[in-house]
Amino acid sequence: MSDKVIKKEELPNVLKILKETYEVFVPVKEKGFYRFKVLEDENKVDLNFTNTRLSPKSLLFPQSERMFEYSLDEADEDAYVIKEPPKDYAPTVVVGMRPCDAKALRLVDVNFVNPEFKDPWWARRLESLTLIGLGCKEPCSTCFCTSVNCGPFNEEGLDVLLFDLGKNYMARAITEKGAQLLKLAGVSEDATSDLNKQAEESKAKAEKQIISHVPTDKLKEKKAIDLFDASFWDEVAFACLNCGTCTFLCPTCWCFDIQDEVNKKKGDRIRNWDSCMFPLFTLHASGHNPRSEKVQRVRQRFMHKLKYYLDKYDNGVACVGCGRCVNYCPVNIDIREVFKLMNET
Amino acid sequence: MPDNPYLPYPVRIQQIITETEDRNLKTFKLGFLNKDDEEQFKYIPGQFCELSMAGKGEIPIGIASSPTEKGFLLFTVNKTGVATKYLHNMDEGGIIGVRGPLGNWFPWKEMEGKNVLVIGGGFAFTTLRSSIVYMLHPENRNRFRDITLVYGARSPGLLLYRKELAEWEKRNDIHVHITVDATDDPDWPYNVGFVPAVTEQKIKTSENSYALVCGPPIMIKFTQPVLEKVGFEPERIIMSLEMRMKCGIGICGRCNIGDKYVCKDGPVFSLAQLNELPKEY
Ligand SMILES: Cc1cc2nc3c(=O)[nH]c(=O)nc-3n(C[C@H](O)[C@H](O)[C@H](O)COP(=O)(O)OP(=O)(O)OC[C@H]3O[C@@H](n4cnc5c(N)ncnc54)[C@H](O)[C@@H]3O)c2cc1C
Ligand code: SF4
Ligand code: SF4
Ligand code: FES
Repeated sequence: MSDKVIKKEELPNVLKILKETYEVFVPVKEKGFYRFKVLEDENKVDLNFTNTRLSPKSLLFPQSERMFEYSLDEADEDAYVIKEPPKDYAPTVVVGMRPCDAKALRLVDVNFVNPEFKDPWWARRLESLTLIGLGCKEPCSTCFCTSVNCGPFNEEGLDVLLFDLGKNYMARAITEKGAQLLKLAGVSEDATSDLNKQAEESKAKAEKQIISHVPTDKLKEKKAIDLFDASFWDEVAFACLNCGTCTFLCPTCWCFDIQDEVNKKKGDRIRNWDSCMFPLFTLHASGHNPRSEKVQRVRQRFMHKLKYYLDKYDNGVACVGCGRCVNYCPVNIDIREVFKLMNET
Repeated sequence: MPDNPYLPYPVRIQQIITETEDRNLKTFKLGFLNKDDEEQFKYIPGQFCELSMAGKGEIPIGIASSPTEKGFLLFTVNKTGVATKYLHNMDEGGIIGVRGPLGNWFPWKEMEGKNVLVIGGGFAFTTLRSSIVYMLHPENRNRFRDITLVYGARSPGLLLYRKELAEWEKRNDIHVHITVDATDDPDWPYNVGFVPAVTEQKIKTSENSYALVCGPPIMIKFTQPVLEKVGFEPERIIMSLEMRMKCGIGICGRCNIGDKYVCKDGPVFSLAQLNELPKEY
């Protein structure tokens, strides 16, 4: 399918049509920060954002999710038998996802859907999603996506990519799913070659504007055990508060906990986001804890992202360079520095 | 496994056996509620399951029965925290869930035609029991050469599966060395001494042999050099690890050592494999 045009004033109309078939999520500004929420008023959609503070991973992998339910009432025939509650997987569209966050979903997908086991909730949600990305015309100073196999107009993981070109968006269908969606929304006008040229220029300009670069070329050949034993970890971890903000915001962090919650005679099994930054994460019932020290936990986070993931899946590093952890760490621990230490030392 | 790998099979507690005199270890004999589930559930000694108690959560526990024992599963559980205490207080007839089988197993293919030395300490003897019952089964016994067991606990009353130990002791197709750290029983018929010391006394060769070693970290630490001294190569020293777990299927991210998930890539590792991994367990 050739690239299409959506005039900006037509966007509300397009969204309105989509709303009839899909649940539509858009970035919404709340208390000073953007986050993805269900579209309410298509006339108030504001795509002039840098990125959402929380990554959109929660659309597929909610912070808290009921997995199962059961009855604890002896009078029930199926008391104590654990059952899957019915769930709704309505077709959903996300409008305005940044390319880095879309790529992050691909990186996380190899964990949730692997040759042996398939996480049913992640997989079904991913199937029900269509992702309309928005290229980053003005990347920010902490973005380093171009160093980690991504970029401000990276297409991987998206179904449609939008280029913001002043009065118009240029819409590029990347997958068949994306092409179908554009058709359904009545987006049919072909982009002129002039618009196409503008899009390429905008992309080249944005890539040039990415001023943060991290080295990754030697990570693969290094031995995990040598990096694990490297001398720099104490220094890296020194100021860390183990607050977990970095893992909470990161689009490629996926660790979770499973807990049972009981209310009178009904119970639920729930999974909640968890963090390798917390000491309880690895505490055994015996009291033994393989990562009782802060430095061990900080090392785990970086080793997982930049080395274990790389070795395990041969799918690059588990970081898309979105800069969230850099921006929101209360003590300025900077993964870009850790890339350098791990790659160069 | 069912389509949803997090969904446990419902099972009924058929029998509860108190194993140790301190009553901290009980064996649970479980039967599937549904025949189809039982048929689907095929396991190999060394694997584990998540036992699932509605309202309390799940705990990873090694499978103590052998696939040669039909119609039930055995799990031996040490009372420690929330879920294990709850399970200990349950009655026969109660309903729980079993999710699995999970993880890898002892290297049965590689051990064919070899001598197998089994070394266990304390209550980490569960999957080793499974292994011995499996090897001694008439269908399997010819696949292995000499089978030797060294098993120890702090005192006689803390040994697991005492009846079976006594039976194995009488057989001539397995050498059994039972030991306790100490005892005040003057008629104690077996050894007294720590597992590593008894191993050193009894095991003189590593020729054509594999060693399966499960026990508390301290036992493993001191047994390893004994095995190396008689010439066991790291590839043939096999261990089973524990980590805190949740999903048991390599997804929740909790139980890694380096790039391995103990729940899926383990729990069984050779010493050679462990030597390549960060010492973080
Ligand atoms: C592969 C494997 C096999 C095991 N086999 C046996 C066995 O045969 N018999 C036996 O008695 N114990 C075994 N354990 C240890 C057993 O899983 C823990 O003692 C048990 O989970 C403690 O649960 P709790 O709720 O009573 O303790 P709490 O401290 O209340 O734990 C809360 C939760 O944390 C997790 N957790 C805590 N400690 C551990 C731990 N050591 N390992 C894994 N998860 C943990 C569990 O999800 C548990 O429900 C095994 C562990 C592993 C990893
Ligand atoms: S955000 Fe910063 S201080 Fe908080 S856990 Fe992450 S690295 Fe440590
Ligand atoms: S920059 Fe930080 S928050 Fe963003 S993907 Fe990398 S590790 Fe995660
Ligand atoms: S227990 Fe979830 S990854 Fe191993």
